[in-house]
Amino acid sequence: MVLFSAVAMRAEEEIHNIQNIFEPTSTPAEGILEIAWVVLTICAGIFVVVAGLMVYAIIRFRAKKDDDGSEPAQVYGSNQIEMAWTVIPLLIVLVLVFVTARKTITIQNMPFPEGTLEVNIIGHQWWWEVEYPQYGFITANEIHIPVSEGDIKRPTIINLESADVIHSFWVPKLGGKRDVVPNYPNQIWYEPDETGIYLGNCAEFCGTQHANMQIRVVVQTPEDFEAWLKNQQTPPREDASVATGRRMFESLACISCHAIGEKGANNGFGPDLTHLMSRQTIGAGVADTNYDDIHQWLKDPDSLKPGCYMPDMKLTDDQLKHLTEYLLTLH
Amino acid sequence: METPDSIQLEAVKRSKGLEWLMTVDHKRLGVMYICSGLFFFVVAGIMASLIRIQLAVPQNDFLPPDTFNRMFTMHGTSMVFLVGMPIIAGMANFLVPLMVGTRDMALPRLNAFGFWIFLFGGCLLYYSYIGGPGLYGAGSAPDVGWFAYAPLTSKAFSRGHTVDYWALSLILTGIGSLATAANIIVTVFCLRCKGMTMFRLPLFVWMMLVTAFLMVLALPPLSAAQIMLLLDRFLGAGFFDTQEGGSAVIWQHFFWIFGHPEVYILIMPGFAVASEVIPVFSRKPIFGYPVMVAASIMITFISLGVWAHHMFTVGMTSVANVFFATSTLLIAIPTGIKIFNWLGTMWGGKIRFATPMLFCMGFLFQFLASGLTGVMLAIVPFDWQLSDSYFVVAHFHYVLVGGLLFTIFAAIYYWYPKVTGRMLSEKIGKMHFWIFVLGFNMTFGVQHILGILGMPRRIYTYDTDRGWDLWNMISSIGVIFQGIAILLFIYNILSSLRKGKEAGPDPWDAWTLEWATSSPPPSYNFAKLPEVKSRRPLWDEKHPDDPDWRHE
Ligand code: HEM
Ligand SMILES: [Cu+2]
Repeated sequence: MVLFSAVAMRAEEEIHNIQNIFEPTSTPAEGILEIAWVVLTICAGIFVVVAGLMVYAIIRFRAKKDDDGSEPAQVYGSNQIEMAWTVIPLLIVLVLVFVTARKTITIQNMPFPEGTLEVNIIGHQWWWEVEYPQYGFITANEIHIPVSEGDIKRPTIINLESADVIHSFWVPKLGGKRDVVPNYPNQIWYEPDETGIYLGNCAEFCGTQHANMQIRVVVQTPEDFEAWLKNQQTPPREDASVATGRRMFESLACISCHAIGEKGANNGFGPDLTHLMSRQTIGAGVADTNYDDIHQWLKDPDSLKPGCYMPDMKLTDDQLKHLTEYLLTLH
Repeated sequence: METPDSIQLEAVKRSKGLEWLMTVDHKRLGVMYICSGLFFFVVAGIMASLIRIQLAVPQNDFLPPDTFNRMFTMHGTSMVFLVGMPIIAGMANFLVPLMVGTRDMALPRLNAFGFWIFLFGGCLLYYSYIGGPGLYGAGSAPDVGWFAYAPLTSKAFSRGHTVDYWALSLILTGIGSLATAANIIVTVFCLRCKGMTMFRLPLFVWMMLVTAFLMVLALPPLSAAQIMLLLDRFLGAGFFDTQEGGSAVIWQHFFWIFGHPEVYILIMPGFAVASEVIPVFSRKPIFGYPVMVAASIMITFISLGVWAHHMFTVGMTSVANVFFATSTLLIAIPTGIKIFNWLGTMWGGKIRFATPMLFCMGFLFQFLASGLTGVMLAIVPFDWQLSDSYFVVAHFHYVLVGGLLFTIFAAIYYWYPKVTGRMLSEKIGKMHFWIFVLGFNMTFGVQHILGILGMPRRIYTYDTDRGWDLWNMISSIGVIFQGIAILLFIYNILSSLRKGKEAGPDPWDAWTLEWATSSPPPSYNFAKLPEVKSRRPLWDEKHPDDPDWRHE
């Protein structure tokens, strides 16, 4: 029974695979779309008018087949016309500057009430460390946040830091991106209005596995979110049937890079594995949390994510089996 | 009879190869610059094709990740520094002295030095492929992207010498560019022929002059930053190394203080070509010459104050963000003026659609599109979504390929007869144009959509379920067309060298001074230095009844 409810902790929300910025589901992303429409309309209008004039000129003023070879009237310029095409663009630019300033300032300087949910994210080559400072636990690659319901807004502030190089945090449907820079803390915020799983990716080139530095944001109802929080705060259950695997994990070098509960390294070199099975992927999106994938990952991480910093531990078949079975109990 | 001419001819016959190696003639150096640029263009184009093969289908394993990263780094670095810059330098070298009516660049030896140090820098960059794990493992070529953001370039994250090759070779090519820039400036200021006032300079020369100033202002910050980076890497200076307390953001400021003007260094010569070709093939003088000059100067000034629009996601204050958005949007005005003036030039003309004009037409539409996507990227919040996505890849290729490369093609079709004495085949030229337009828009047009669907740039692989498959496939297929077009182009250049129609001094019925001398021009350019009375000296000659100087 305990096991059953723990399995259910894995998010079952619908996955929004396609991250179209024209279908936002969170306040800042919606604000961005608003201004995007203004700009797109203006630019499309300019394109149609100017390209139209060009096409007209090309068709209308092409040299005819039976042209007599005489030169057309030599026109050197016109002050009125030049004035017009300086002043009109200037007015358009002023409009754009005004709307940009307003939207930038509202999104960037948004005030938040005391006690707003905060998530600390630390970018690593090539995975994300995720900390919930108000609740005192650490997880990885998968971020859970609550959804707003009607007038009850539930914003989340995301604090961004990097452990090594510059990364960029981008989940298109929830909001724009913000760089994750070492020694230079940044912030971004979400206020989602639809539950679901949103995908994103590191957007700043950060080395070999930049492509596989994926993000999953799970937007949940407050009840599901609470349940998830509670589970994450619970120490891992010790399952007697996998005691061998647990001992191997602690005696082999795994423990020097990963933590499980109180045990192990909290140096943040590798992702925290305490509730590994509550997450959907390993390796920041390269494979799933099932027996085969985890087994393959332990056997040869490079085969799934070439160049990643988890070493090949040269494990025997027996060790692989026990370790995999142990990890599969970490709900 | 022994004329000076025939003596020189003898010398050339005796040691043709050596003559080229030792030449200080601006025309030969120009040709050498352009040929090396075209060579690196083919190399960088092959790397682009490999990138697109890898991305054609999801989860492809055609290239391993590190090789892919080297490919886009070397592609980007080469296209900017070893293709764009030398071809521009080559055009300026060949044409500026002819257009201002003089016999050579002001500093011919410096000119030769600039070329050779550029070529050495380019070879040094490619030499990196041979180091490290060797050719098969793609050597230790740079793999940090063409803007090489700190601290990925620090010793801790880039071992070996990849970054050192990147920095050293670009410092060298930068010296070459400075030599060219100095030469253009001095030549234009000091060696104009009689009657050639600043306001009678062909617009091509004006824009090259403005570009040269931009080079002088923008390149030193890059070299300074690269020297600081080398100090970090060899002596632990810690300017950019965040683990030593350095700042990653400072690198970005340095880089883009160079990098944004660089974009204008690359596109302004494109404007320069369009401003020569469009009038000649519309049979009208350029519309609003003084405004075109003013707009070029304005672009130069404003472009020095917009660099941080590459950094809207880095976390600057909202005030700084809005400031840089404003300056960026302002630059749209002089740029727009230029587009309108080209349009005004065509208006009421008799347009002849020879290949150079076709390429300029392609340029007009594509540059208009890239300008408008540029406006979108200047809108800070919109940029938070679009930056570092495929939308940006699409945008800057519309500038660099749709703008610069198209005008380079126009320039080659237009001035090839001047350089070689023979015409390029118009038939192949038109095929080249249409196939290239198709391929180019196919490859980069759909990348706007990929960006909107959240595809980040510089990823070597992606999953099937993200909605990106179809667009990536179309984008890669476009490369096949571009490749075919380039092969036609190269064939045209080589075969026309022998078989092309004889050009004569002025095949396009043009108006500027380079057409007043034979094709190819003799090594001293003009037997007697010309004297001009207007912006279009050859028009005056051909239309004594209605000369230009009456209208100036
Ligand atoms: C004509 C065929 C070309 C093709 C098919 C092509 C294709 C590509 C591709 C696929 C990328 C990598 C995108 C990414 O993931 O970041 C790229 C990057 C780039 N390209 Fe091109 N390109 C072409 C021509 C050019 C030209 C003519 C220039 C400039 C003169 C240029 C400049 C760049 C630059 C600066 C980058 C960025 C490299 C980086 O991210 O470090 N490309 N190109
Ligand atoms: Cu990253």
